[in-house]
Amino acid sequence: MLSKSQAKIFFLGGTVVTFAIFLALSWTSLSHEVPKRTHEENLSQQVIKGKVLWEKNNCMGCHTIMGEGAYYAPELTKVYDRRGEGFINAVLTSKIPWQPRGRQMVAYGFSKEDAANLTAFFKWIGETDLNGFPAKPDLKK
Amino acid sequence: MKYKSQRVAYWFFALSMLLLSLQIIYGFIMGFAHMGYDGLHSIIPFNTARAVHTNLLVVWLLSGFMGAAYYIIPEESENELVSVKLAYIQLISLAAVGVTAIVGYHFNYWEGRKFLEIPRPLDWLVVLNVLTFLGIILATLYKGKKRTTTALVLTMGLVFAALLYLPGMIWFDNQTMDSFFRWWVVHLWVEGVWELIMGGILAFLLIKITGVDREVIEKWLYVIVGLTFISGILGTGHHYYYIGVGKIWLIVGGIFSALEPLAFLAMALFAVAMYRKGEKKHPNKMALNWTLGTSIVSFVGAGLLGLAHTLPQVNMYTHGTLVTAMHGHLAFWGAYGMIVFSIISYTMPNLTGRKFFDSTTGQLAFWLSNIGMLGMTTAFGVAGVAQVYLERKVGIEFGEVQTEIQVHFLILVLCATMFTSGIALFIYEFIKYGRPTEEALAPSPMKANVISPVI
Repeated sequence: MLSKSQAKIFFLGGTVVTFAIFLALSWTSLSHEVPKRTHEENLSQQVIKGKVLWEKNNCMGCHTIMGEGAYYAPELTKVYDRRGEGFINAVLTSKIPWQPRGRQMVAYGFSKEDAANLTAFFKWIGETDLNGFPAKPDLKK
Repeated sequence: MKYKSQRVAYWFFALSMLLLSLQIIYGFIMGFAHMGYDGLHSIIPFNTARAVHTNLLVVWLLSGFMGAAYYIIPEESENELVSVKLAYIQLISLAAVGVTAIVGYHFNYWEGRKFLEIPRPLDWLVVLNVLTFLGIILATLYKGKKRTTTALVLTMGLVFAALLYLPGMIWFDNQTMDSFFRWWVVHLWVEGVWELIMGGILAFLLIKITGVDREVIEKWLYVIVGLTFISGILGTGHHYYYIGVGKIWLIVGGIFSALEPLAFLAMALFAVAMYRKGEKKHPNKMALNWTLGTSIVSFVGAGLLGLAHTLPQVNMYTHGTLVTAMHGHLAFWGAYGMIVFSIISYTMPNLTGRKFFDSTTGQLAFWLSNIGMLGMTTAFGVAGVAQVYLERKVGIEFGEVQTEIQVHFLILVLCATMFTSGIALFIYEFIKYGRPTEEALAPSPMKANVISPVI
């Protein structure tokens, strides 16, 4: 039967081994995969300013991006492809709440420059290789 | 209570209950918004309600864990807390930082990173607060007569939780990098080190309530926390499927996160087995209910409902839908909400000297909150699965699907009302207990052991 000291070794040994594997995998991902998959060369100042605006206004508090966030407003990873620049600009610069089907968005009334920064952020993230996410609706006729 | 300084725990529990009440209010605001009634939009838009709801959850649970540690560590190490005054200062600063953050969310003072919305300048105050807390706990343990496995596992969980907060404070220009390290905090907390905290509290409660030999309980505690880390650390991969890192995470995350329920299953079997093996003489029936309850509900909520959508083939469609909210609610409630309720139920008679071990109000609180939360989980599940099929499989536009599933939020709000009634009764009992008293203090630790070996 398992003794307490054996159980302790199981805990400590298992933790050290799995954490070492986790660190090695993380290092490989971050140093080799992320720069290529996210096209880091396209990470312009405009995209970075867009990311700052994304966080400053807690867009993730309603929307999702890369599937992460709240589930109250649409997923925006591919919004640049889906809606296009004109539509995105109209929503972001609107001075009255955007409310498709009655569900209201905060009326941010962004300046043209800020809207362009956020759009650049959406364009950049839309080009990231996300292992096929979001999936294409396979039952769509 | 055996040590005078243990009474600090009471105030952490009181703060915990206050913040939980506020969290529920913001939950209702979101529930109504999902039903189409967002009348408070101009003052509390959805993203504000959401940030407040999730951050209050984190703070009330942390306050509960800290209270648990302030009660358990003196008893386990057989030593008074090194500084009660500092513990009170830490309590006040925790409340101050929490309240500042939450008020700030109403004025766009935040960083929109799910669960980590606290702005970085305030993060430093959080770090200072947690360092004070850990200083008190570690010094008490160091000066104590004993260092039990239960105390060490609980402390290890708290120290790791503090360390893991740091990667979340680093700024990255790249959204993928940002998300990658955000999960080091969020995942490795809730599916890693928080389970150590839960395991430590659970072991303490089982030793006290069942009377089973400490060596047996602590041996299985090691096995459980071992399973937690072996599955949970590499299980982080299930958050890396679709954020811009390689396919290796689909395999590693898939396999190891599918093993994560084992730790919760072990916890449930462990608690039930210890109860059956034990003497069943402990009078505190409410503490027993919550203790067995947390081990079982956490297995269902965190274990089974997590497994339901953790495989990459399923997660491709469920990722970022209400299915996540289904799992999240029962998991947080079962694993962490209920363990805080367990330790409160166990400690209150000892802190106050009033022995409301088994009351109708207490039983109602237990059943109403649990049945209410199960109903909420079901409503989220039905809405989530409908959303997955209509939006992700059939390709109907997001807004149209949301209108279709509004009705499920009516059920959600009804079940949330039941849940809230249970919580209200629990808080009513908490208030009825009154404050800690001198009379509750056993004359000496030695004598206390003789008089009441199981309490």
